[in-house]
Order: sequence, then C-alpha cells, then structure tokens
Amino acid sequence: MELAVEAVGLRKRYRGVEALAGLDLTVGAGRVLGLLGPNGAGKTTTVRVLATLLRPDAGFARVAGHDVVREPDGVRRRIGLAGQYAAVDEVLTGWENLVLVGELLHLGRRGARRRARQLLDRFDLAAAADRPVRTYSGGMRRRLDLASCLVVEPSVLFLDEPTTGLDPVSRLALWAAVEELVAGGVTVLLTTQYLEEADRLADRIAVIAAGRVIAEGAPDELKRKVGLPWLEVAVVDPATVPGALSVLAPVAAEAPVVDRDGARITVRLRDGADDLATAAVALRTAGVEVLDFALRRPTLDDVFVQLVGHTT
Amino acid sequence: MSTLAVRPRWPLALCVEAAAAAGRRLRHLRRAPGRFLGITLNPLVSMLILGYLFQHSITVPGAGSYQEYLFAGAAAQVGLAGIGPSAIAVAGDRDRGLVDRLRSLPIDRGAVLIGHTLADAVVGVLGLAVVTAFGLLIGWRPHGDPLSTVAAFALLALFGYVMSWVGVLLGMTSRNAESISALAPLVTVVLPFLSNAFLSSASLPGWLTPIADWNPVSAVSSACRALWANPSGTATSFAGTHPGVVLAAWLGPLLVVSAGLSLRRYRATG
Ligand SMILES: Nc1ncnc2c1ncn2[C@@H]1O[C@H](COP(=O)(O)OP(=O)(O)O)[C@@H](O)[C@H]1O
Ligand SMILES: [Mg+2]
Repeated sequence: MELAVEAVGLRKRYRGVEALAGLDLTVGAGRVLGLLGPNGAGKTTTVRVLATLLRPDAGFARVAGHDVVREPDGVRRRIGLAGQYAAVDEVLTGWENLVLVGELLHLGRRGARRRARQLLDRFDLAAAADRPVRTYSGGMRRRLDLASCLVVEPSVLFLDEPTTGLDPVSRLALWAAVEELVAGGVTVLLTTQYLEEADRLADRIAVIAAGRVIAEGAPDELKRKVGLPWLEVAVVDPATVPGALSVLAPVAAEAPVVDRDGARITVRLRDGADDLATAAVALRTAGVEVLDFALRRPTLDDVFVQLVGHTT
Repeated sequence: MSTLAVRPRWPLALCVEAAAAAGRRLRHLRRAPGRFLGITLNPLVSMLILGYLFQHSITVPGAGSYQEYLFAGAAAQVGLAGIGPSAIAVAGDRDRGLVDRLRSLPIDRGAVLIGHTLADAVVGVLGLAVVTAFGLLIGWRPHGDPLSTVAAFALLALFGYVMSWVGVLLGMTSRNAESISALAPLVTVVLPFLSNAFLSSASLPGWLTPIADWNPVSAVSSACRALWANPSGTATSFAGTHPGVVLAAWLGPLLVVSAGLSLRRYRATG
C-alpha cells in the first residue's frame, strides 16, 4: 500500500516534558487514521511535526512523499491543516478569509473569489459570508477553518480535534464533511479524544499516550483485543435469577455478575455466537422470562480504559 | 490529485503573497478605526496641549515659533505610536493560531511580516497627513525648498517603517499581548520627553542631556527641523548637531536586527 504519511521514531522534548517519545505511525493513501489519546498525549505535537510547524528532535517523517524536515515546501504544497483552535481571522468576514487564502496561494483575485464562493456554498456558510467571523458560532468557525484548508485541495489533511467543543448537530455536519472529503480520495489524519469519533471516521486507530503509540489497528481489531463480547440478560422476575445463573454457568468464561437491582446478569462468554444460542435455549428451557437479551461488544471506551488505565 | 495553483518564481511570488497579507492588515485597520485614531491621538494631544494651551509658558531656546519647533517632534511621535499596534497584531495572530495556518501554507514565510509592515507604512503615512493638517492649523509652516520638505516627510515615513518592524519583533518575542498594550503607550509618551521633540535637550537635567541627544526621536526631529528650516534649538554636542549620523546609527541597525530576527523566527520550525 502506498503511504501518505510515514513517521518513524519521532521525538520531541520540551523543557522536562517528553511530548513525543519515539512515535511511529503510518497512514495509507486515501485512508483515515484516528489518533486517539487523552489530553497531553502528544496529539497536537505529532500533527505540528507532520505539518512542518515543528522540527522533531529525532526521528523521520515523510508526508505525501516529502521529508518534513528537508523538504517542508513540498509537504506544505500538499497538506491542509485545521489546528486545534479554528485558525480563522476573527475580524475578517468568512468570504474575506477564504479570498485571502486564495490570493496567498496565487489563484489570482478572480480565481480566489470563485473558489471562496464555491466553498462557502459547500460548507453552508453562504448566508453568513459577509459577517465578521467574530459573530460565527463554534460550528461555523470550524467549517470555515476546514474550508480554508481546501482552497487548494490537499492530498493529506490534518485535523486536530476537529469537533472538540462542538454541539452534536455541528459535530455531525463536520463528520459528514470529512466523510465527503475522504470519498474524494483525501488522506486524513485526525486526532480526537472522542472514541465515538474515531470509531465513526477512522479506518485505523492509533491509541497514543505519553508520546507513544500504545495500540494500533482497525476499530474492530482493537475492540477484540480488549476482550470477547459479553451477554447481558435482564429478567422479568428477580426471583428467577438463581435459576438463570445456574443454566448460564456452562457458557460463562468467568462467574456471571448480577447487578445491584438483582434483575440484570452479565456473562462473559467463552465462545461468542455459539454460546449465545446455547444460553438462549437454556433460559427458555428453565422457564426464565427474559426482558432483554443482548450481546454487547466492548466499546472504544473499554479499549481506552484497558490501555491507558483511565478514560478521557 | 491535488489541484496546484501555479506559484510564480521567487521575487514575484513574494510580492503577490506580501500584497495579500498587506491587504488583510489594511482591512483590519479599516474595521477598527480606533487603531488609526490611536496612532494620531498622541501627536495631536501633544500639539494641542503644548502648542496651544501652554504656548505662552514655553519659549524655544534660540528663537522662533514654538509651534514650528514642536511640530517635528509630534510628527516623530506618529512613528513611535505605531510600535504598539504592530506588536499587538503580531502577538494576537500567534495566540489565535492564525500563524500556524499561515505557516502551513506553501508561501514565503517572510511575506506575512513584510506585508504587515508595508500596510503599517501606508497607515503611518495617512497618520502623518492628519497630524500635518493639524500642524498647519496651529501655525506650523515649512520654509525649506519643496524637495527638502518632501524629504523630511520621507524620513518620517522611514522612521515609522522601522518602528513597525520593532513592533513586529516585540510582538513575536512577547509572552502575551496584554503586557504590550500596557507598555507601548509608555514608549509613545515618555520617549519624546527624553528627547528634544518638545523641549530643548539642554533644558533637561544635565545627566539626561547626552541621552536625549542620542535619542533617535531627537535625531528625526532635528533632521526634519533642518529640512523644513524650522527653529532648531541650541544643541552643541556632536550628537545634537549631527542628527543624520545619529539617525543612521540607529535606524540601519534597528531595521536589520528587528527585521532579520523577526523573519528568522517566523521562518524557523520551532
Ligand atoms: N510549547 C510547549 N512547551 C512546553 N510543553 C509543551 C508545549 N507544547 C506541548 N507541551 C507538552 O507536551 C505534551 C504533549 O502536548 P500536546 O501534543 O499538545 O498533547 P495533546 O494535543 O495530545 O493534548 C504535554 O505534556 C504538553 O504539556
Ligand atoms: Mg492537542
């Protein structure tokens, strides 16, 4: 697979703090990598190194075929960066912001204006085009920030916590915009503290903590690493719980757990789907009336707790 | 797959990019006319208070009209007043993450700062025009030949341009914009009083006289007075009688150092 981003052994030290402690990662061309980690894990530092804003103390990184240290211009010509804080000019209008980027990128006055109009339409900002960005909502700012990255369409896009602080509706809109870009072939590296976001957008997830990748894989792969699925059974009558426990014991990998109300049983299964059928039949045979019977898979939250020791 | 716009060769590319950056700063200043007022406010107040209210209690050392002596100092104050806004704008861009966006674009990183200072120069010239109109109103007149008159204004514009770079460096090295907004007015107000801008340097306490004579504000003011054939005080020291030398000794290194360091810092990947 052709690699759009390749980083090997990146290190960066700030006085006393090792922000990157030998970070390795790769993103295949046209793919989406979610860089998932708590605050201070080194996500922003990674993005800044890859976007040529920061020189690593050690290590090597290549983005869109160019070395970030030796050929920063080549990298800059092919990337878009939406930083952790929307980097738009508050005083200018949305329209002026985009025209400015177009002019800086040599689209010419007319070209810059045409492109600005297209992007404002595409990001649903046309109605607010002539208002100073100061008056925009957080979601509008983020969309404008993303639009500014696309004035000249990049082949690799870096998004640093693109939806932090956004309301759910704006978050969905931004996700849709990113998905559309990916469908168009753009490679995306996005950082996030939200497991749900990585799960939804990323083909692969790299979990990062203390400047290092501590787990990597497809979302499902990571979840499987954390453990087998488990069965949750809610019974109608708490009096039937002992009976249920005894018929479930044969399929349990460890002793089933009953929650405090005494009506819900959690069973770690030994063998996934097969055990599920066995358990269902056993409960019916024992005459246990069931309210809810579901196979639960570990969420990325569980992945996170397991790997990092705490949630974000 | 990426649609690349054609970037012209180096000097032309830099010009286009600097022009775009300058356009942005001019828009900013147009949106916030207070900033523009800010750079003319101090000089206008100086002329009003000293040249009008106190005109009878101040006499020019030597001879001549005090308003004519005062004007060069007030005009030099326009340049000083540009340091603060320039620094605050640069620090603000950095703090708001805008610099990161600009630095990730395939443009000459110097273009942003060069555009910024060029826009400042335009605004400085407008500020000078306002201050000059007011000067004419309170009685200032140039008496030199037209070329010398224009040369003095060019000198003031150059002084302002260098001060804008000083502001850029200040903004880039400062920790936050607030400390600048606290300190910058001090420079605009105090520095002229430690010079011959408003009063002869000889009237200062003796130990301050050499400092005032070597103050670049004195040098700009004296040089302008000479070019405009305005009353020029009674300096006798080398520095006091050779404003051109003092000015060159200040502006050349200041420009090279502040522009050089700022550009280097802006271009460097941290
Ligand atoms: N400019 C800086 N100076 C000092 N320490 C920094 C600087 N930038 C980041 N750090 C430190 O480096 C570590 C990683 O930071 P960062 O990459 O911003 O993490 P994240 O984006 O995952 O929250 C943190 O401990 C942070 O405090
Ligand atoms: Mg961060």
